[in-house]
Amino acid sequence: MEFAIELKGISKSFGPVAANKNINLSLAKGEILALLGENGSGKTTLMNMLSGIYMPDSGSIFIDGKKVEINSPEDSSKLGIGMVHQHFKLVEKFTALENIRIGIRNEGRLVHGADVRKKIEDTAAKFGFEIDLDKKVANMAVSEKQTLEILKVLCYGAKIIILDEPTAVLTVQEIDRLFAVLRKMREDGHSIIIITHKLNEVMAISDRVAILRHGEYISTVVTKETDEKTLTELMVGRKISLNIDRPIMEKTHPLLEIRDLTVKNDEGAVAIDHINFYIRGGEMLGVAGIAGSGQKELCEAIAGLRKIEEGQMIHEGESIVGMSPKKILEHGISMSFIPEDRLGMGLAPSLSITDNMILKNYNEAKGIFVDRKSARAEAQKVIDRLEVITPSTETPVRRLSGGNVQKVLLGREIKSGPNVLVTAYPVRGLDINSSYTIYNILNEEKKKGVGILFVGEDLDVMLELCDKIMVICHGRLQGVVNSDHTTKEEIGLMMTGTINIVNKEGKTDGIAKDSAFTDEEGKA
Amino acid sequence: MLDVFTLFLFNIIVYNIPLLYGTTGEIMIEKSGSLNLGVEGTMAIGAVVGYLAGAKTDSLLVACLVSFIASGLVGALFSFLTVTLQANQNVTGLTITTFGVAFYYFIGNALSNSAGGWPKLNGTAFDMQSQPIHIPFISDIPFVGKALFSHGILVYVGILIAVLMWFYFNKTVPGLKLRAIGENPAAADSLGVNVTLYKYTHIIIGSGIMGLGGLYMGLNLGGAFEGSNCWINGYGWISIALVIFANWSPAKALLGTLIFGFFNTLRVQNAALAYAFPDALGWLTKIPSHFFSALPFIITLIVLIISSLTSKGRSGEPQAIGRNYYREDR
Repeated sequence: MEFAIELKGISKSFGPVAANKNINLSLAKGEILALLGENGSGKTTLMNMLSGIYMPDSGSIFIDGKKVEINSPEDSSKLGIGMVHQHFKLVEKFTALENIRIGIRNEGRLVHGADVRKKIEDTAAKFGFEIDLDKKVANMAVSEKQTLEILKVLCYGAKIIILDEPTAVLTVQEIDRLFAVLRKMREDGHSIIIITHKLNEVMAISDRVAILRHGEYISTVVTKETDEKTLTELMVGRKISLNIDRPIMEKTHPLLEIRDLTVKNDEGAVAIDHINFYIRGGEMLGVAGIAGSGQKELCEAIAGLRKIEEGQMIHEGESIVGMSPKKILEHGISMSFIPEDRLGMGLAPSLSITDNMILKNYNEAKGIFVDRKSARAEAQKVIDRLEVITPSTETPVRRLSGGNVQKVLLGREIKSGPNVLVTAYPVRGLDINSSYTIYNILNEEKKKGVGILFVGEDLDVMLELCDKIMVICHGRLQGVVNSDHTTKEEIGLMMTGTINIVNKEGKTDGIAKDSAFTDEEGKA
Repeated sequence: MLDVFTLFLFNIIVYNIPLLYGTTGEIMIEKSGSLNLGVEGTMAIGAVVGYLAGAKTDSLLVACLVSFIASGLVGALFSFLTVTLQANQNVTGLTITTFGVAFYYFIGNALSNSAGGWPKLNGTAFDMQSQPIHIPFISDIPFVGKALFSHGILVYVGILIAVLMWFYFNKTVPGLKLRAIGENPAAADSLGVNVTLYKYTHIIIGSGIMGLGGLYMGLNLGGAFEGSNCWINGYGWISIALVIFANWSPAKALLGTLIFGFFNTLRVQNAALAYAFPDALGWLTKIPSHFFSALPFIITLIVLIISSLTSKGRSGEPQAIGRNYYREDR
């Protein structure tokens, strides 16, 4: 077999932490290799050494059989390596053309040099991309941005393409389209490494799978000769069950009812457009939608962080519209939102776990001094219960790995004993093991009779975990489906706005039969 | 009567130019994602060092070169502190302003008290070179010729810099790369743009441009050193505000500085206007002169409020401004 990349004995440490230990990995020419591993297993670090962002402490890299040194992104690009990062590296204010232009060499010094546009258009046509080169990135949907990122590396003549979790932000249909492009690139002789957490995607797209665990290389297996269970065991290092529980509970009355809710986003455009829904106790309601369909605004509106334009929100018979976030919290509604950068909302990165616990209920302490002792005990409880891996309760949250940060955030939210829990992307970027811990925490809350609003990304997970799923598209309700009576494809089509089933068979989705609304209120 | 008008227009240009140098210089630096609050100090150093070099050699060219290099070195210091050592940009900029203005007074006082005294400008060849140039025919056009085409060489250089800078940002690939760094340094870096080199180069050039503005101000004031009043007199600060007003565009900076030139001219010429048009503008004399001196700063405040109110007004602001870039940061 001819190899595009061979890594031999690569090690990299950040201070005392070894991110990669003696890794050997090979990518054959014209194959798609999936790189699998839990969070913190060193996948991204390893790939960043190929893209010139980090330099290995030891070990050697061979490209096309020749030993090379990659000291900068420029070196990497010259060797024909192109990386599509998990967080897109695009200039929002620039058009697609300008973004690509930055990295094109030898075409003169003027932006609109003679053949630049033609060259880009040719490359796009060759791989079947549809892209408007004069559109600003800021106006692009996530999938368009990703297309641009891939087109970018192809335009620079990359033969080896690395994609870091490319499917995390895409809908089912978009993932299919992406995979079609990847196959086309493989036919064209490109070699591809794809990082993903989703095993079904690994099985669907890859030729071989390389597995890392805790920074160490475990093995490489041929996709055709393996299955999801074996891969999981290799990745986690022990046997685990792949089924997500969904305890069926006795559903109580509607705890939280939202009627005709309209909310604007930061730019003043309508983000949530006359939405109706309700959550019962002991029920988990999923919210599905393409990224940026108004999920964030919805969560903020419920938590009292965003002014609502129209509509009503009733919690246990009492309107919460216009209440302060603190009041709403005391009312029993708790919200946790994991943004894309994971640290941005809810926790103060430089403060310790204990101090972050205090942030939520600082005002319960008597007098002017901080009650650190009981907060420390509470922090310890959260750590024990959710199996947070941390040296101590005094470790700054910033130093924890992504999964542990999310556990701390969720742990703090459920500690206050809410009866409605709004949680957005709680497993964003988490590996299987940590994800399951989070699902278990949520299920336990559900068993206690808490109503849960679960805003998620992974449809497979939502279908297994949630009782019902409401789908939104551009802030509009497309319908509420029962997880047992729907398919991924149907939800996917609803997410893109192709199907709308809000009014079917004479009943309207999102309005409870035993609503606490009186008729006048409901109409208002 | 026409003369008052012509002179008024002429002076608007004269007073807008130092701000234009300061503003375009700062725009260049901010486009690279760095916020340099050291404009005032950089201009002061460029002014005093450039002036002394010019007085010594009797050459405007040498004065300009030395001024550019001296303030460029200040820019290099800023780059070293913020780009290489990752120091806080705001604190570094403020330090440079404090240092630069103090340096101006220190040199000025030391020279004034020494045997030779502070070098005078009046009547030297250096002075002649910075005087308005008479361009045949064009300068003779009535009204316009005097108001627009009878200025010193540094006026035209300042305008040329603004025009070239606009072209550089919008039409060339290095300009595109520079803007990309200001918006998203990680993106530029991943495409092989040398972020450190770009930042250093543009901070140094931008600082050099500011220095020329300082030199121009010194020459405009007749090159006299007063122990109580710095030549720059707050213009560096106004320049920083003008960057926002101009929405980070060198072309709009030209317009913005003209507005400030207008109010400055009003300060100097309100009495003349009132005398020429006693009926229409006689009321100008009733306003205390201190108000006119304060006017540029009041306008700055108003302009900042207006441009901050509209979200579109800040569309040109580089997204990564004020944040240091470190590749391995996660």
